Amino acid sequence: MQPILKVQSLHKTYHVRVGLLKRKNIPVLTDISFCLGKGETIAVIGETGAGKSTLAKLLAGAEQAETGQILLNGTTIEDDGVRQDHCRHIRMIFQDPTRSLNPGLTIGEILDDCLSYNTELTHKQRDKKIAHVLIRVGLLEEHYHYYPHMFSGGQLQRVALARALILDPKVLVLDEALSSLDPSVRAQTVNLLLALQKETGLSYVLITHHLSLVKHMSDSLLVLNKGKVVEYGKTAQVFAQPKSKVMKRLLNV
Amino acid sequence: MAKFKLFSEESNRSPLSRLWKKFKANHPALVGLWIFIALTLLALFAPLISPYSINQQHADALLLPPSWHDAGDVRFILGTDDLGRDILSRLMNGATFTFGLSIIAALITTVLGVIIGSLAGMSKGIRSSFFNHLLDITLSIPSLLLAIIIIAILGPGLLNTVWAIILALLPQYVHSIRNLVVEELSKDYISAFRLDGASKWKILVRGVFPNIYEHIVVIFTMALSTAILDIAALGFLKLGAQPPTTEWGAILAENLGLIYLAPWTVGLPGVLLFIAVLSTNLVGDGLRQVLKDRKAD
Ligand SMILES: Nc1ncnc2c1ncn2[C@@H]1O[C@H](COP(=O)(O)OP(=O)(O)OP(=O)(O)O)[C@@H](O)[C@H]1O
Ligand SMILES: [Mg+2]
Repeated sequence: MQPILKVQSLHKTYHVRVGLLKRKNIPVLTDISFCLGKGETIAVIGETGAGKSTLAKLLAGAEQAETGQILLNGTTIEDDGVRQDHCRHIRMIFQDPTRSLNPGLTIGEILDDCLSYNTELTHKQRDKKIAHVLIRVGLLEEHYHYYPHMFSGGQLQRVALARALILDPKVLVLDEALSSLDPSVRAQTVNLLLALQKETGLSYVLITHHLSLVKHMSDSLLVLNKGKVVEYGKTAQVFAQPKSKVMKRLLNV
Repeated sequence: MAKFKLFSEESNRSPLSRLWKKFKANHPALVGLWIFIALTLLALFAPLISPYSINQQHADALLLPPSWHDAGDVRFILGTDDLGRDILSRLMNGATFTFGLSIIAALITTVLGVIIGSLAGMSKGIRSSFFNHLLDITLSIPSLLLAIIIIAILGPGLLNTVWAIILALLPQYVHSIRNLVVEELSKDYISAFRLDGASKWKILVRGVFPNIYEHIVVIFTMALSTAILDIAALGFLKLGAQPPTTEWGAILAENLGLIYLAPWTVGLPGVLLFIAVLSTNLVGDGLRQVLKDRKAD
């Protein structure tokens, strides 16, 4: 089966200005490659500063890689830093939903903006779709008129999920999206994500440091260290026989 | 489907109405707002509601004290000056110049400042650093001094004063707006909004402005109180409005020689200036307090 998402030797370097004219290059990601099938989940773990968030940003298109390709369904959407994904098939959920939602707009306006920038739907169709997606993530239609400050943390993460889902993406990148939730709400959200995956065949890139979550949700596992892939394979296999030092350390063996 | 409210009516409000609710609780600010509105109405309708025209002279009533004084006359509630002109009418009409023109100057500055400030905030690299340094230089000059320099180039006159004040206020304004925009652009929800496919223009209009307009209003009130003082000061220095014009600063300067003979001719315009600046500052301060409270929670 053809993978839905294929990443080929992605490189990313940050240029940081040091002093007046000098520039320092910080390589953050080197030679990242992996595949992700339809309806599957890949987990990305690694120590702090390993480049996980950077990878998420590259996938979602918030930043561009120097070299390397991202293929979606066999078509190249990013080639050496040139992005051509106008359909926004890869969507990202930010770590902190209280900061990723505009406090000055209602939920409905935020979702409506997404649709009007990316689709040709009429006003009525958009409203219908927003109501549909709100219900699908476990919110109410009335929440259309609510401002972000009126939600609890768990509800806000659902709003963020609704915002990601409203464009019918193929891949969802979750950058520590579940870490800020308390355990019971996290469990609810995980169940919601799994149900959505079953229903629509969505693929997830799960970035987290909760190993139990990785075990529970992911099919394959990518371990990053200092911007390099140190281990990549089926989750169960990596957990059973960790080869790299980093993974061993994470597992405490 | 059964309708039920998950949240009480109180919290189910837009950021704007929450702002108003907090502002209302601050009584001095509310009083300031009422005075501010009254002065604005006065500035608009003074020629229609003032009892006499500004240059109408009453030869039978020279230098009358205010009407509550023993020697006062009820026809001239705030008394008359040395030419027998009704002070109340002159002060009412003065609101149009001092207060009204200040508002216009501050509004024009706001429009220009917001445009230039957001352009500066959105630009990056050499262009933005050039801009910053230019601003820093102009910012280091006090606005009144800058206005006097500009007047020296343009020549005295009321209209030139307005231009001078706009130009003098602009650097401060642009600087503040630029900082607000830059701060706002670094927020997470802006990058999320960009990922939603928003264009630069949309980011500015829907992402940035809904979250900074209150701050713009605060800056506006600060610019306004500076503008009132500057217009009056320039009028007093005979660089701005020229005597037949009833600008408060000019009235003050004109009657300065009468200060022992008829102190009300000097005191009253001064009191009005004070009230105008005070009410503007009260509104601005109340607003700033509300914004600060909101940042805290
Ligand atoms: N805008 C930037 N400019 C320069 N360096 C950056 C920038 N963003 C990230 N970096 C660097 O890239 C490296 C990887 O950062 P990243 O945020 O991807 O780490 P992470 O794996 O997500 O860490 P954490 O687990 O703490 O979230 C860090 O060393 C960081 O200093
Ligand atoms: Mg991170």
